[in-house]
Amino acid sequence: MWRRLYALVIKELLALLRDKASRFVLIGPPLVQLLVFGYAATYDLNNIPFVVYNEDPGYASRELLARFDGTPIFRRIATLQSEELISAFIDRKDALMAIHIDRQFTRNLLSGRTGSVQVIIDGRNSNTAAIALGYVNSILFAFDQEWAATHSMPNPPANLVLRAWYNPNLLSRWFVVPGIIGLLTLVVTMLVTALSIARERETGTYDQLLVTPLRPLEVLLGKVIPGFLIGAVEASFISLMAVLWFRVPFTGSVLALVLGLFLFLFSAIGVGLMISALSATQQQGLLGAFLFLVPAIILSGFATPIANMPQAIQYVTLADPLRYLMVILRGTFLQGDGIAELSSQFWPLAAIGLISMLTASLFARRKMY
Amino acid sequence: MQLQRLSGLMRKEFLQILRDPSALGIAFAMPLFLLLLFGYGVSLDAEHVPIAVVVEHPSPLADTLIGGLDQSRYFRPVRFSDIIAARTALKEREVNGIFWLRSDFVRKALDGEGADVSVIVNGVDANTARLVESYLQQVWQIWLLQQQREQASVLTLPIGGELRIWFNPALRSRDYLVPGLIAVIMTLIGALLTALVVAREWERGTMEALMASPVTMAEIIIGKLLPYFVLGMGGMALSVAMAIGLFAVPLHGNLLVLTLASALFLLVALGMGLLISSVAKNQFVAGQIAIVVTFLPAFILSGFVFDIRSMPTIIQFITHLIGARFFVSILQSIFLAGNVWSVILPNAAALGVMAVVFLGLTLRRTRKRLD
Repeated sequence: MWRRLYALVIKELLALLRDKASRFVLIGPPLVQLLVFGYAATYDLNNIPFVVYNEDPGYASRELLARFDGTPIFRRIATLQSEELISAFIDRKDALMAIHIDRQFTRNLLSGRTGSVQVIIDGRNSNTAAIALGYVNSILFAFDQEWAATHSMPNPPANLVLRAWYNPNLLSRWFVVPGIIGLLTLVVTMLVTALSIARERETGTYDQLLVTPLRPLEVLLGKVIPGFLIGAVEASFISLMAVLWFRVPFTGSVLALVLGLFLFLFSAIGVGLMISALSATQQQGLLGAFLFLVPAIILSGFATPIANMPQAIQYVTLADPLRYLMVILRGTFLQGDGIAELSSQFWPLAAIGLISMLTASLFARRKMY
Repeated sequence: MQLQRLSGLMRKEFLQILRDPSALGIAFAMPLFLLLLFGYGVSLDAEHVPIAVVVEHPSPLADTLIGGLDQSRYFRPVRFSDIIAARTALKEREVNGIFWLRSDFVRKALDGEGADVSVIVNGVDANTARLVESYLQQVWQIWLLQQQREQASVLTLPIGGELRIWFNPALRSRDYLVPGLIAVIMTLIGALLTALVVAREWERGTMEALMASPVTMAEIIIGKLLPYFVLGMGGMALSVAMAIGLFAVPLHGNLLVLTLASALFLLVALGMGLLISSVAKNQFVAGQIAIVVTFLPAFILSGFVFDIRSMPTIIQFITHLIGARFFVSILQSIFLAGNVWSVILPNAAALGVMAVVFLGLTLRRTRKRLD
């Protein structure tokens, strides 16, 4: 049996790697995408353009604006002379934000009244707007506190001291790059498995395989093993890049990560082969691959948290193998988790893998139409 | 180019579409399914975030502060008796943050010394953590203002910041995510519809039969393009109808402008599929390329969730290779802001250039020649 299986695995690997274009697709894009996405996928704000319309001749407004100019988050692109111009800058997306300071600002502040500032933010990207809003609030708040302290106003009764665990500077790269490991591993496994049985069906070589002494289970194993080999090599390489190139700290147990990736590959290959075994043509296989891949990624918690989803959709995510891998990746990289902390993530992966493999082997026996 | 030959080719393509219903599935079932799932599923609005509250020494002053948390729709406070239990809950991902009032809170707050209130958030999900911090700060400021009013003392918050959000005042993330989703889904549909169709003819040898006939290559390409264009526009109409009808995304712009922009984008997406198909010449590789170059780039580099303005300059440059990027810009503006021509025209021009490039390259690659 082992010799037959060995020959079959070699044949499958050749089928994948012999074609120059196919070989390139398996190796090139995942690496390029790791680099591009690793830098692109960020929620952190940098150099956000803003415009200023300052009617106040006093020094307080200048001090306040200096705080906006001093942070790398915002970049002043223009100082306006009239209020009408604000909407032009924001409509065209030239500026994300406009700060309008009232004529009486300094005078009001000095006489103990409220100085008013109007801030307008483009809400077309609501997340960027919400985060910019947070920054603006904290700049205004810091100014308040300093003004109160230097102008002998009473101390506020209490101070808020904010701290973040596991990711003290709240770098979204630390959150996103481990996620990309999961994304690309899933894509590579789909590339290897989702079309493989469908292709043999369409070209007729599947029937030839079935009349050989190979048993259906061996045929299936012959498809599983190359998926494992290619998936494992790429996943390990990308994980190393995350640590060495993107400098994401790895604080947890390597064993937990390896176990997690192994179980994930098992379930992803199972789903890929199931799709392949269910489809009669490659067009159907491709459709199936997308119908799994796209929801699996969007509902995994990679970019938007699962906790924000409605309850019904949260139940759907339980069938998504990538969801568990995301927790394992972020847990082992950032939270210092080991096998014990992550055990609740391992067994669903194993269950999804078993079910999909069984389904795949059931349908793989089916003859051609 | 002859109309009779062209209509013959298109009839053949339509028959093929009807015979393998997966193309119909791609055009109609996929946008329906994906938009339903994502329209409800994808949200960046953190609400009812579980926060551990530890009050070591209960007092009326502490109650006013915790009351602010209770009332905020952003938080779901969970009481913990001591900080150790709260830390364990944070580590086990049961709560996203800890709000900790130490036992000396009241004493320090009242004698003018100023008490420190510690907040710890789980920073793994940096974006949610930042939103949580920002919401906490809002609750905090409201509380300070309230204290200031009740004690009738001098101002502790001298600036009255009036913060206004244009185009999406309630900051519903769905309003900007759903238009973006349409662009991502249409990228997939366009490429999926056409990625395999030319490759299939090569693989099955029917391309040679076509070559032996008097049809020109341009006729073959147009014969492939038009039927799928009709299907794709159907899918597009379905998506827009769902965005407006089901998800209540406001449409401030003009429907005609939206239709024209969609048609242009669909040409880009279909052209990309055709190009993949004519480069690969076999369905397996064409399928692999389609998986790799369509979804993830459109998802991550289009500005649909990750704001392009925050990316490094080189990456911003790379995003110009992604057709969805231009379409997302157009869609977000048409839906949320209206017909902003200074956004729509340059992006539409870029889409036009991409469509010409993709279709031109396809035509160049598909020659009547057997290699």
